[in-house]
Amino acid sequence: MSAIDVEGVLSAVKRVRGGVAVSHNKNTAEMKTVRIPSPEKVVLPMQQHIGAPCTPTVKVGDKVSVGQLIGDSDKYVSAPIHASISGKVIAVKEIKLPTGAVSQAVTIESDGEMRLFEGVVPPKVETKEELFKAARESGLVGLGGAGFPTHVKINVPPEKPIDTLIVNAAECEPYITVDYRECIENSANILDGVYKLKSLLDIKNVIIAVEDNKPAAFTALKRIADSEKDYDDSVKLMVLKSRYPQGAEKMMVLATTGRKVPPGKLPADVGCIVMNVGSVGYIGRYLRTGRPLISRTLTVDGSAIMNPKNVRVPVGTSIGEIINFCGGLMEKAEKIILGGPMMGIAIIGTDQPICKQNNAILAFNKRDTEVKPETDCIRCGYCSLACPLSLMPTLIERYTKARDIDKLSEIGVDVCMECGSCAYSCPSGRPLVQYMRLAKSVLREAGANK
Amino acid sequence: MSVENKLTVSASPHVLSRRTSQRIMLDVIIALIPALIASTIIFGWRVLAVTVTAVASCVLAEYLSRRAMKRKNTIGDLSAIVTGILLAFNLPVSIPLWMVVIGSVVAIVVVKQMFGGIGQNFVNPALIGRIVLLVSFSTAMTKWTSPLSWLGADAQTTATPLAILEPNCENLPSLTDMFLGIRGGSLGEVCALALIIGGIYLMARRVIMPIIPFTYIGTFAVIILIAGKGDFEYLAYHILSGGLLLGAIFMATDYTTSPINIKGKIIFGIGCGLLTALIRLFASAPEGVSFSIIIMNILVPHIERLTTPKPFGTQKVKNESTPSEVGKEAAKV
Repeated sequence: MSAIDVEGVLSAVKRVRGGVAVSHNKNTAEMKTVRIPSPEKVVLPMQQHIGAPCTPTVKVGDKVSVGQLIGDSDKYVSAPIHASISGKVIAVKEIKLPTGAVSQAVTIESDGEMRLFEGVVPPKVETKEELFKAARESGLVGLGGAGFPTHVKINVPPEKPIDTLIVNAAECEPYITVDYRECIENSANILDGVYKLKSLLDIKNVIIAVEDNKPAAFTALKRIADSEKDYDDSVKLMVLKSRYPQGAEKMMVLATTGRKVPPGKLPADVGCIVMNVGSVGYIGRYLRTGRPLISRTLTVDGSAIMNPKNVRVPVGTSIGEIINFCGGLMEKAEKIILGGPMMGIAIIGTDQPICKQNNAILAFNKRDTEVKPETDCIRCGYCSLACPLSLMPTLIERYTKARDIDKLSEIGVDVCMECGSCAYSCPSGRPLVQYMRLAKSVLREAGANK
Repeated sequence: MSVENKLTVSASPHVLSRRTSQRIMLDVIIALIPALIASTIIFGWRVLAVTVTAVASCVLAEYLSRRAMKRKNTIGDLSAIVTGILLAFNLPVSIPLWMVVIGSVVAIVVVKQMFGGIGQNFVNPALIGRIVLLVSFSTAMTKWTSPLSWLGADAQTTATPLAILEPNCENLPSLTDMFLGIRGGSLGEVCALALIIGGIYLMARRVIMPIIPFTYIGTFAVIILIAGKGDFEYLAYHILSGGLLLGAIFMATDYTTSPINIKGKIIFGIGCGLLTALIRLFASAPEGVSFSIIIMNILVPHIERLTTPKPFGTQKVKNESTPSEVGKEAAKV
């Protein structure tokens, strides 16, 4: 369906190596985002980002309003947490997150008013420094799924000159249509975000990258690249062949610029900042409204969801409530995944809250969760062929089982981003991603014991 | 909610490709069927008797040896069937069936299961089975039945084209006959047409990559062309005779005993081609495919060590940070 062939649009500089052709299953692509009625209560974990957890700044009994700060940290790599509904704090206690990590969380009981906090005003942003400050205060983290604090990402030290901002609209995970809807429904925000970031961070080029299976998103993004604000034609739209994991940061940098991010380094080391299109759109909106990051869009889909939808929910709404809003689960629900089917986390129950960086709830029935029987490796090499980072998963598995530290550190398992392409293609049904994780922790332990 | 406690929790990815090991082996079996049919037409019903014996003894040997070693039964992966067919394809049609059983047991028990089963054997089981039979029963293993003679009253024997092949020599079957398999030889190796059809099927199904067959036959062709002083007819006879096509398409591409990496596959293919050509030209044995592949099988771990790809992003910045340094850095954090 590669329907995109328009003049003046860049095509990928370098084809990504490996990867897999997963079925897209973007069933909710044409469904307009709907808002969930405001929940009775929300649970807001203090750890919704990569970095230091926040400390609650409210206590039980406090009255809070929408957008009010309820958790912050004095550490640099962290992102503050804001109340997503108005009401009363009824609990501050530890909860278990879907990842298995334990975090402090603030529970707010709604007063039904959704009263906006009076401190929510558009920030005054005219310089780089003001932008960093505003980005931090907004609580923004990478909305693509990793949850890296945006103010850290865009504040690149001067010794690393940045020449390209890459706006990532690839959305290569199956099912998820959050970024796609963002492009179509909120392209004005993205437009604002792109040109504000470009001028404030003083970045020469902007590349907006979208996969070729999303013509409607392409059309919306084309308007941004063709905007009159782009007086020197430095904002370009690039069409990438749809291939998982095209949206992964390193793959994105390679496809759009031909540059390779070395192991253990960031895109900033090769002159790039990669931002999810949703995050860019959010920046545009925040600079206009000053509303911190308190809600997020999710794709709710999968064979065990009654009425699949794209929904906008306050952060902290329980997963079960969102599923109920989508008609509930079918009886045969076997697995619920937070995130996409390639990298998402299977959860144990639906009590947990939705965090800022979550982008999908997928529920599947038994038929769709059946796994291949795990048999011995036949050395077919499909895993190495699929690995976009040139690793050899089957050897990593072997060395991990043998606890061969020297060979493991040589083979570069740290580069692995756990995209799942190897395990997806393995005909023997081997849990290769688990071995990658095990390999990393074996290496960490060995390092700690030295 | 009642659904709690009943959810499956597993590591990502939560979707998997449809490809299974069993399906891959089934594809190999399907790809071997044209050659089996062709061979039955050329050498008669006994082809089926030899093949069925080899397959049955391979499967039984796998079942019993796994049982004796108290390991999981693996005959369901169909790999024993593939080994059985390939072993049969490397035997003359007139071979006594009890020898076929011995070859099968050696292939499965000694070469495959004693080293840990599928994916663990370091040489091709079917080829070792053939070589053990060749050195044990050299007369029976080199008695070549004339093609199509089963249609007549009694079977006649013939020489294989390779044994009499010299530049500009007489008495050879025509090239068309060579291509169709109307010649003496092991039962699966004769019909080039059927083997090529099988090879195309495997490549189309993406079970094998074309790298090994092409580098193998390509390297072989270059050397033979030089040795034959540019005689293309001599080259054509060389490519179509012996087990070259069977070896290059079905034996050298065996996953377990060939390198995983693309660079490794190229080296492996070139090595096989080189050795086969040298054995055919200079050694006392007329055929060298089995030995070449086995020698290269043994070298696979070394080839792989040389050709392990550098992880993404490490190529250009080798001096800045080697992967092991990065590993240690990450380990500190």
